[in-house]
Amino acid sequence: MGQDREILLDVRDLAVAFDSEGGAVHAVNGVSYTLAEGETLGIVGESGSGKSVHVLAMLGLIPRPPGRITGGQVLFQGRDLLGLPERELRKIRGGQIGFVFQDPMSSLNPGMTVAAQIIEPLRIHLGLDGRAARARAKDLLDLVRIPNAGARLDQYPHEFSGGQRQRVMIAIGLSCRPKLLIADEATTALDVTVQAEIIALVQELKREIGMAIVWITHDLGVVAGIADTVQVMYAGRILERGPVDDIFRDPRSAYTLGLLRSLPDLSRGRAGRRRLHQIEGAPPDMRHPPPGDPFAARNIYATARCLTEAPPLAQAPGAAPGHLVAAWYDLPAHLAAEEAAR
Amino acid sequence: MTKAAIAPAGVALPAAEPILRAEPGPIRAFWTRLTARRTAMVGLVIVVALILMAVFADWIAPYDPIATDWGAIRTAPSWAHPFGTDEVGHDVLSRIVFGARASLGAGLTSVALAVALGLPFGLLAGYAGGVIDLLIMRLTDALLAIPFLILAIALAAFLGPSLTNAMVAIGLSATSTFVRLTRAQVQAVAAEEFVEAARAVGNPPWRIAIRHIVPNIVPAILVQATLTIAAAIIAEASLSFLGLGQQPPEPSWGSMLNVAKNFLEQAPWMAIWPGASIFLAVLAFNLLGDGLRDALDPRQRT
Repeated sequence: MGQDREILLDVRDLAVAFDSEGGAVHAVNGVSYTLAEGETLGIVGESGSGKSVHVLAMLGLIPRPPGRITGGQVLFQGRDLLGLPERELRKIRGGQIGFVFQDPMSSLNPGMTVAAQIIEPLRIHLGLDGRAARARAKDLLDLVRIPNAGARLDQYPHEFSGGQRQRVMIAIGLSCRPKLLIADEATTALDVTVQAEIIALVQELKREIGMAIVWITHDLGVVAGIADTVQVMYAGRILERGPVDDIFRDPRSAYTLGLLRSLPDLSRGRAGRRRLHQIEGAPPDMRHPPPGDPFAARNIYATARCLTEAPPLAQAPGAAPGHLVAAWYDLPAHLAAEEAAR
Repeated sequence: MTKAAIAPAGVALPAAEPILRAEPGPIRAFWTRLTARRTAMVGLVIVVALILMAVFADWIAPYDPIATDWGAIRTAPSWAHPFGTDEVGHDVLSRIVFGARASLGAGLTSVALAVALGLPFGLLAGYAGGVIDLLIMRLTDALLAIPFLILAIALAAFLGPSLTNAMVAIGLSATSTFVRLTRAQVQAVAAEEFVEAARAVGNPPWRIAIRHIVPNIVPAILVQATLTIAAAIIAEASLSFLGLGQQPPEPSWGSMLNVAKNFLEQAPWMAIWPGASIFLAVLAFNLLGDGLRDALDPRQRT
């Protein structure tokens, strides 16, 4: 995906640490990837995998201190965001890169009308004010399919349902026609049916506007529905990355496999009922990251080399082009052997 | 039975129109909660009455408060002088009415000064953090180590005896409370997700502070200000009692008490009325402050 399109975002070896009393917590450890214009990248991982922190860090949105960017480059349209002064970063935030946060209940200011909050980025980035800004705010509410938008502009967030508030957040994120929309667990706090509506909305808007999307989630089901490319993160590293169908059909990292197996299979109804798979163990203490593959301690396929040497993220042998994995072990071989033994 | 109730499952019903309830805005909702509290309303009514009395003192007071009547020295309450007269023949009722100006004026002005100074410094400390926070807070701690009234007396004595200086002294003494409160509130609000969202749309820090943080800390400041007005009224009365506030012959409840203490047996009404006035004003502001706190408490919102 995306090889033929312009590179929008090029993350190179990004590393982020947080200083704590027990020593520095290495939250992100050398993350590199590219995102093409118009591409939808789903980043999957559990809490503490660095999936949210690394995008917040790119735009200077982590608190510093205690947060620190310890290395790397983030090229957005060719400019290194990490070298930009705060003033320049502010022009990008909300202007060229829009955000949607996890909890629509708490990410809108309870004391400001919805119109005032949508107008904010319009004023900052487009210099719109007064009637023009209000008209645009109404258009944006229409865009995210909030019925009766004109009448609802002057309402407060508490008068909107959770799904509607997330629509408002999306309207704010898209208000200045960004090149990139970053959604950080944007559907996690919502009901499943509302989740589906929001995902459908984002897909429609993507067709209309054509922005690239980074969709951060821990829910593989959401990723399957929305992403072109999936990137699996663990302990501040990318363990696997590739076209969405390929990742689901032919996972090459034991961690991805564990995630896939932990999903319930509802399509087979009663026959699909089984005890869900559970990945044994706990993520490593990131104050002292293990020298090798961070998932090795929980991986039944781990080799001796996994414990001592970190595998590079490289093209998975025999997989679709662009399907990268960081693993010393050969997962398909293990799975084939297990199949044969059964 | 309605149509909806008998529609078989799976049949799509026409999409419901959004219900546009006439939901009250946050201020209306707060007012509803406040008016539901009887003690708060008692406080509010007394406060409003006292303010009206102070503003319209010229029309309400039956006599000139500083006019002396040597024919009516320390006369007991009567139809001519409902609250009696004092040792130089001032009408006590008129002095109570005009004294409200000194008391409420000192209460409101000094607290306004304290908020005007305390809010920006607290905001700076809470939002900027680091060395600035450290400096502001150590200074505040040092001021808080001195009891409020003692500090006010010391400052008033230093500035010289006058009502204006007393207000300044009280205001400065109360400032540290507001610095502290503002800082704590700012830190709590700054951790909210909507502040991060405001940063993510490109707001500069000063705009986040003024547009997103300050409006959300106003309730806490308002409650503290109301309660501090009560304390400031006592402080003004104390300073005037000590001769550091309102200067004779201008009336003030505190200075009236000072004179009255010499005549407690001969003319108890000279002490009772100003004492009762101070009591009532302080009680009213405290009741109102408590009511505001309850009405603004987020845990009681539905």
